[in-house]
Amino acid sequence: MLFSGISLDHKKGTASSQTLRLPLPKSVRIPMSQHMGTPCDPLVKVGDIVSVGQKIGDSAAFMSTPVHSSVSGRVTSIEDYLLASGKVCKAVVIETDGTQTVSDEVKPPEVSDLKSFVEAIKQSGCCGLGGAGFPTHIKLNVDIKEKPIHSLVINAAECEPYITSDCRELLESPDDVIDGIEKVMHYLEIPNCYICIEKNKPEAIKLMKEKTSNKSGIKIVSLKSSYPQGAEKVVAYSATGIVVGEGELPASKGIIVLNVSTSGFISRYLKTGMPLVEKRLTLDGDALRTPCNVFVPVGTAVSELISFADGSPEAIAKLLAGGPMMGMCLYDINTPVTKTNNAILAFTEKLAKDKSDKTACISCGRCVRACPMKLMPTELEKAYISKDKEMLRKLKINLCMNCGSCSYVCPAKRNLAETNQLAKDFIR
Amino acid sequence: MEKLIVSPSPHIRSNVTTAKVMSHVMIALVPAVAAATVIFGGRALMLIGFCIAVAVVLERLCGIIMKRPDTTGDLSAAVTGLIFALNLPPTIPFWIAFIGVFFAIVITKQLFGGLGCNFANPAIVGRIVIMLSFPAAMTTWAEPFTTDITTFATPLASKSANMLDMFLGMTSGCLGETCSVALIVGGIYLCIVRVITPSAPLAFVGTVALFSFIAGEDPLYQVLSGGLLLGSIFMATDYVTTPITQTGKVIFGIGCGIITCVIRFYGSSPEGVSYAILLMNIVTPYINMLCRTRPVGAKKPKAQEGEK
Repeated sequence: MLFSGISLDHKKGTASSQTLRLPLPKSVRIPMSQHMGTPCDPLVKVGDIVSVGQKIGDSAAFMSTPVHSSVSGRVTSIEDYLLASGKVCKAVVIETDGTQTVSDEVKPPEVSDLKSFVEAIKQSGCCGLGGAGFPTHIKLNVDIKEKPIHSLVINAAECEPYITSDCRELLESPDDVIDGIEKVMHYLEIPNCYICIEKNKPEAIKLMKEKTSNKSGIKIVSLKSSYPQGAEKVVAYSATGIVVGEGELPASKGIIVLNVSTSGFISRYLKTGMPLVEKRLTLDGDALRTPCNVFVPVGTAVSELISFADGSPEAIAKLLAGGPMMGMCLYDINTPVTKTNNAILAFTEKLAKDKSDKTACISCGRCVRACPMKLMPTELEKAYISKDKEMLRKLKINLCMNCGSCSYVCPAKRNLAETNQLAKDFIR
Repeated sequence: MEKLIVSPSPHIRSNVTTAKVMSHVMIALVPAVAAATVIFGGRALMLIGFCIAVAVVLERLCGIIMKRPDTTGDLSAAVTGLIFALNLPPTIPFWIAFIGVFFAIVITKQLFGGLGCNFANPAIVGRIVIMLSFPAAMTTWAEPFTTDITTFATPLASKSANMLDMFLGMTSGCLGETCSVALIVGGIYLCIVRVITPSAPLAFVGTVALFSFIAGEDPLYQVLSGGLLLGSIFMATDYVTTPITQTGKVIFGIGCGIITCVIRFYGSSPEGVSYAILLMNIVTPYINMLCRTRPVGAKKPKAQEGEK
């Protein structure tokens, strides 16, 4: 193995729970920045009546993707909202009317070639559903004459503990996933597709193998269960054996990596024209009595999900958007769900408090062995402490993807991953 | 909760802690301690307990004087005391043992900044200091299964010990070094619980065997005699003072093996394991610098190896 990995307790307790539908919340708060890139400007004013799928935010910037309403109702306010990431952006608050009237704008797009396909994806508001939120239309907008794409890698590794939403996508809508893949392969003229699934999801692997047995060009790759198997560079390598190097995009090596839920969404969007207004989320953690998977309108407050999964807000000490390895802490129980969320985890004080004592680094080398990029976190930490920019660059701090493996394995409980993030900012 | 805890990822940690790693080392040394007690009697056990207690007390005292947090809980001081004790002849007076532990914990470890900052293995330095200061006491060996203090040659000096005796530890020598089988069992345990990788010990022992063969000595005799197994399994694998990467560990082991043999065959001292490890400890930062990992997909790989 070129990329090393660590083994984690999977805790995939919700893997077999059919996705439920959240009752319509009384109101939603839809942030204008849910993707990587420029935030959208609101297209609606207070008092406007909006319907499901109506575009309510857009931007002329290249690196952006529009935002749509997930409910029908009335805009009650447009306010500044502090996102969990620390960014402030505009958020549109909509009071639902309960009818969920679908907007006239929602109709299947007319797609005939790559250009119209990319434009349709842009209008769908789709961004990388694995978590990073890279606008999908930019990823797919490649000059295939100049730089042909040979492999489409569908990332269904889902290597983070607890999260099972991608697994449910495979089990509940395998035909959508395959249809999405075929559409992308068709318009981008990609000959090969690899659907990469970790071995801890045998049902999904079996189902996908059956479904793709008569499809030429689509292969199912069962990956070893190891973290971070789902990182873009790792999954691209596992599927194709090609290393996407420092500062390169997969497309420059002829590879496109898409999350499995993105693929399923593309298929549904092309059929119905309903933009990205709903997400499947895994709700789990020891503070929730009924862990489950649930379809949630974008903009729903996390507090609604907590009560849906029978958790009491008082018991929650830590609230995460995403998995325990890379997820982000939410500071507010009313934080809205965004397009890129795939799980909400709620932990009680028992699991949330870091009780372990931090000791001095004992140079055991566990972080070096754990790092998937073969960096040396212990050396990086020393270089950061001595504020040695040259050494940080030499040790390739920029290749750190913040997977957290170094902090996880450290017996001295040092915050190596955090230090790496600080160091990256420091050399900028 | 009134306020949610906000912290950077990752939000889970493995259950491996520094204290756990150290306890594994102590567990791995239980066979050697048991063997020492059986072979050299109750005084051996008292000596081991004494060294551990002194090491922990000195560590705490240093912490108090230097206004540092209490670090005795990480058990590293206890491990140093234990390993140091196993490097002592069974007849050594307690006060000499005390001086050795003092040099190990106070001078080598705490004055250089405590755990993680010492450049050399504290137990090794402690041993070398008393070996140079009290050569007579450090070379007075007891015959196994007797309490008489007699001058009795170690297998390394006599070159006439029975191979099976050396394997089981029925020879004279330091407390922890005679019983090869106990040390090997401990080493296998440490590999199984993944506290150490076998690379450094194998490189060390392998080099000694090869060098002995070339020099016309009996390789097996050289491996089983002296402090080689104790040193290679428990001291050449100390995290702080040995290289981080696997390549580095192998280089470290080979270096130790060569120095050990040079001292044993051509030097004035019959045993060279401690000096070999100490010398290699000193070059460890340079080995680390030369053996950096190459990040996956990094551009300009040349920049990785450059030193300042």
